[in-house]
Amino acid sequence: MLAFFIQRLMQAAFVMLVVALIAFSLFHYVGDPVLNMLGQEATDADRAALRTQLGLDQTILVQFWQFMVSAVQFEFGISYRSARPVSELILERLPATLELAIVSAIFAVVMGIVLGIYTAIQRGNWLSRFIMTASLIGVSLPTFLIGILLIYLFAVELGWLPAFGRGQVVELTSWWDTGLLTTSGLRSIILPAITLGLFQLTLIMRLVRAEMLEVLRTDYIKFARARGLSRRVVNLRHALKNTMVPVITIIGLQLGTIIAFAIITETVFQWPGVGALFITAVRFVDIPVMAAYLMMIALVFVVINLVVDLLYYAVDPRLRVQGGGK
Amino acid sequence: MSLTQNSAERPDTASQREDTTAVLSVRNLRVEFPNRHGTLVALDDISFDIAPGEILGVVGESGAGKSMTGNAVIQLLEPPGHIAAGEVRLSGERIDNLSEEDFVPLRGRRIGMIFQDPLTSLNPLFSIGDQLVETIRAHLPLNEKKARAKALDLLREVGIPAPETRLDSYPHQFSGGMRQRVVIALALAAEPELIIADEPTTALDVSVQAQILALLKKVCAERGAAVMLVTHDMGVIAETANRVAVMYAGRLIEIGPVDDVIQRPQHPYTEGLMASIPGLGARRERLYQIEGAMPRLAAIPSGCAFNPRCPHAADRCRQERPSLLATSQGQAACWLHDPVNPVARRPLQETSS
Ligand SMILES: Nc1ncnc2c1ncn2[C@@H]1O[C@H](COP(=O)(O)OP(=O)(O)O)[C@@H](O)[C@H]1O
Ligand code: SF4
Ligand SMILES: [Mg+2]
Repeated sequence: MLAFFIQRLMQAAFVMLVVALIAFSLFHYVGDPVLNMLGQEATDADRAALRTQLGLDQTILVQFWQFMVSAVQFEFGISYRSARPVSELILERLPATLELAIVSAIFAVVMGIVLGIYTAIQRGNWLSRFIMTASLIGVSLPTFLIGILLIYLFAVELGWLPAFGRGQVVELTSWWDTGLLTTSGLRSIILPAITLGLFQLTLIMRLVRAEMLEVLRTDYIKFARARGLSRRVVNLRHALKNTMVPVITIIGLQLGTIIAFAIITETVFQWPGVGALFITAVRFVDIPVMAAYLMMIALVFVVINLVVDLLYYAVDPRLRVQGGGK
Repeated sequence: MSLTQNSAERPDTASQREDTTAVLSVRNLRVEFPNRHGTLVALDDISFDIAPGEILGVVGESGAGKSMTGNAVIQLLEPPGHIAAGEVRLSGERIDNLSEEDFVPLRGRRIGMIFQDPLTSLNPLFSIGDQLVETIRAHLPLNEKKARAKALDLLREVGIPAPETRLDSYPHQFSGGMRQRVVIALALAAEPELIIADEPTTALDVSVQAQILALLKKVCAERGAAVMLVTHDMGVIAETANRVAVMYAGRLIEIGPVDDVIQRPQHPYTEGLMASIPGLGARRERLYQIEGAMPRLAAIPSGCAFNPRCPHAADRCRQERPSLLATSQGQAACWLHDPVNPVARRPLQETSS
């Protein structure tokens, strides 16, 4: 168990190292930070001074080391555009993105699993067929189009829900303002959360359905029925657990992409999150913000992967024995 | 038949006793699979009985409908397969017309089923203790603790050494033979009166095979359960079964006491089947090798399904389907045994080899 965990941790550390290298090289190969920061009128002396101050006169290796040391402390320097610390900018906007991502992840996972089970068990009835057809549309429409359609229908035509923004927020901690505790905040998150989660939902649903159908054909399910277990127990205890083993991995990866895809949804709904921050950063070649965003997304993926591996391990006894010896 | 004047003097033959006390009684069972092109008749007019404490062996080549018969009895046919005609009775009670909801309590409780492959019959994600306890509690009003105690008893009964230490193990931690013992423990957990064992030893090696069969025989003798033992291994049948039923192309073509069917098969197909088995056929004079293959369900010939391969086939065999007819000790679906106007046996041609 411990060996398995350590091995996975090392893998995670390696992935982060590679991403850090990419983020680091952004500084050197996408524009000159000194030029960016000082502008056209600065003298050579000013530039040299700044270079020393930023440590850019050191060797590449030393610079990378310094980058890593500060990255671990979540220090990515000063934003070129707003001249504020990048960590501050990101922290300020992180709650908005996390809330959106979590709400849509829960929506996607819960609905995906429930609908997947339903369409597998009730294969062939009209509702499952309808859900399957609708899910095809969900998979094939691009996210921004779904967002715009939802805004048009529920905000513009029906006027039920707000079309943009995060609604009213209240302070949860010094750095976390939540929209989940106000009515306007809750109303505001519905459309973006659906937009962001819909693609994952259909994907998870189709995956759960396919896996479940596969599992329902196995001998142990037939034997479970022959032993006299009720349909309910067979479907929801036996078949579901076996279905979840391969599904957990994919769901984990999909949750990572929810955070990444948030960029589009945040743009469509003018959601004040890190995705929107990143889009602005790209427009202004704000390298520190871009680098920090890259590292953050990578961290999310790596952490989720780690959790998925451990979950997998918890669910499947066959892995436990191989990993634990004896 | 008017051979005996007084029915009280007739010996109490198995077939007469079964009419009233048979654990399983199947009559004219027909299973159909409707599909786009028409309807496949997977089982056609199957009738047999199994008495308490009796082991009925069911043999026939792969695809003959052996598993289908077991699945139909326990109502685990894969849709769209369904029972289209006939009756299945369990200790006299009709069960073929029960709804799924009403059938669930019978499975495991009154009919136990053992499948071919012990490696895939157990859910890999649940410990065998969990699987035993849930099965026991599905049938018997026991709390968790008592169910676990019962699970231990069952494991002991099927010969798992030190069951206390194995209850929390997962299926992959057992050998194939041990897993099949667990499967048997699961199938027997609620002491069913009928056990359907579908090739229970095919996936196991020979020494383990013998142990599992001995175990099955023992439990069945001790509990008086009726057993339907499906296998294509005639050796297994010879050692284990009391009577044997031979299936061909979804039909039951011969049934009788095991020694008679093996030593003096009455249906030409059974003759060929026995002759093709070295250990059994060698003792008798060399018969013929059956030419050709069993027909697909979609292309079963009219009349006797065996007629294209039968050395004795006459015109009547190609037109009229024989039902089970009495032979000296059992029954065979073959016009050779028509009491009124039997088809003539043709002398066997010597094969050159
Ligand atoms: N789901 C199904 N749909 C249509 N035909 C089937 C299905 N399952 C089995 N069959 C057919 O039914 C026949 C009997 O199969 P089976 O009972 O499994 O044979 P066996 O005697 O080897 O156990 C075979 O011809 C098989 O092709
Ligand atoms: S009925 Fe005719 S074809 Fe069929 S087995 Fe008997 S003799 Fe052969
Ligand atoms: Mg079979």
